[in-house]
Amino acid sequence: MFLVRTISRVGLYVADQVEGLGRFGVFAGQMFRWLVTDATRWRLLRPQLYQVGVRSLPVVIITGAFVGMVLAAQSYYQFDAIGRASWVGAVINVSVVKELGPVLAGIMLAGMVGGALAAELGTMKVTEQIDALRAMGSDPIKHLVVPRFIATFLMIPFLTIYCDFVGILGGYLVVWGYGVDTHEYWMHSADVIENFDIFSGVLKSTFFGAAIALISCYKGFQSRQGAYGVGMAALEAFVSSFVAILVLDFFIVLFLNGLYDLIWGRAGIFL
Amino acid sequence: MSPNETKTERPAAGEPIIRLENVWKEFGGNTVFKDLTLEFRRSATTVVLGPSGVGKSVMLKLILGLLKPDRGRIWVGGTDVTDLAERDLAPIRMRFGMVFQGAALFDYLSVKENVAFSLREHRLLPEAQIDRIVGEKLALVDLEGTEDLLPEELSGGMKKRVGLARAVAMDPEVILYDEPTTGLDPVTADTINEMILRCQRELQTTSLVVTHDMASAYKVGDRLVMLHEGQIIADGTADQIRTNTDVRVQRFVRGDANLSADAINR
Repeated sequence: MFLVRTISRVGLYVADQVEGLGRFGVFAGQMFRWLVTDATRWRLLRPQLYQVGVRSLPVVIITGAFVGMVLAAQSYYQFDAIGRASWVGAVINVSVVKELGPVLAGIMLAGMVGGALAAELGTMKVTEQIDALRAMGSDPIKHLVVPRFIATFLMIPFLTIYCDFVGILGGYLVVWGYGVDTHEYWMHSADVIENFDIFSGVLKSTFFGAAIALISCYKGFQSRQGAYGVGMAALEAFVSSFVAILVLDFFIVLFLNGLYDLIWGRAGIFL
Repeated sequence: MSPNETKTERPAAGEPIIRLENVWKEFGGNTVFKDLTLEFRRSATTVVLGPSGVGKSVMLKLILGLLKPDRGRIWVGGTDVTDLAERDLAPIRMRFGMVFQGAALFDYLSVKENVAFSLREHRLLPEAQIDRIVGEKLALVDLEGTEDLLPEELSGGMKKRVGLARAVAMDPEVILYDEPTTGLDPVTADTINEMILRCQRELQTTSLVVTHDMASAYKVGDRLVMLHEGQIIADGTADQIRTNTDVRVQRFVRGDANLSADAINR
């Protein structure tokens, strides 16, 4: 009896998850259909660009700067111990440009923008504003989701570039404080960082932006009634976006390694 | 559908404009409607009465296609809208204006932008004409000069009036009111009733009001329909409802939960 109950519960859970995935797929499909068939209006897009781009910038800059500084402070002693202190820039800057910049910008955006999107749309749902849109013959996905998706997708590469820039600057300031030669520091950094590294970081960020916007808007639309429902929607939006960023990051790294190997012939681990 | 087409297709006064046919609706094991059949006639104000949770708001959402019935059909002006897809429902919905219980104003838009919303979405009108229409509709609800205010700056009664101005912006055939006086003081509630009557008089629309406010129902309703446990238990004019001998009707009308059948017959 216990076994039957357990199997039944697992079955129901799996069915529920599959159904949720299906609903998300339909939601994403509708969003992409509106994205390509109907030009979004500037008056809807402009406030979202401001919200996602300008208002997130200070947090992204602070995060990037401190990550670069901490990385420098941690790495300096290891490199100094083997007499290679001027090489520390290569490690810091490659890490920031390829991984930490895009991933941290994405995570900050998942927290700030993703949570806010889910809470805003969730509140609109529970106060019947989404029903009001439908009642007036407008599509809520076209009117609410498409501009938020475009804004997040377009702004995240710029935020990533800012995050990279201040991360590199923060790392340099710490290393400079330890007395490392500036010329050698930048020379070794330039030797290691390639345009492809910068491109791959920025490219990754666009996928993160798309995932954050889609997941957060979906969670907002699925919000249950009341303050608790809206709060849970915001929480789920952040957690799901966070996990999506890490999973996407892994697969994009595999893909980009393969692409690099194809173009420049460097052997990769997986491909 | 263009606005002109909408006008030419309007049924004549007194003809059914909305019909719910053998409708069943259930939420998580709780049956809201049991085989409900109900018609609403053009150019009349029908008030649907009933206690909280009886499904009054659900009825409005079924008519607009915001919810789908489990069984039964819903007709709007000769069109079966039951199974229409969201895109096909849009032109049907534009024949309606809805005043939501909490007003449901878009809180990121000003009063003017709220009222102008449908005009901007569905009609390619010059900005000057949109301004003129918004001004007219706000004047209809005595809210001139509030164009630039945000919903958070409005009182509950003002929000309902802006909601009404937004609902009539496209000159709809039918206006649906979801608890238009709930949560308002008696004087403000009466002002809303006056607005409903004024809209009915000046715009010649069909109105469907769901409420549990008897003062409002008597004032605005040409016909009153009472729902109880998913079915109609009374249907008539205000006087017919007042003199109805069903104890469930009289308990509701008089607001007396302990009223007995004997007390009614005496």
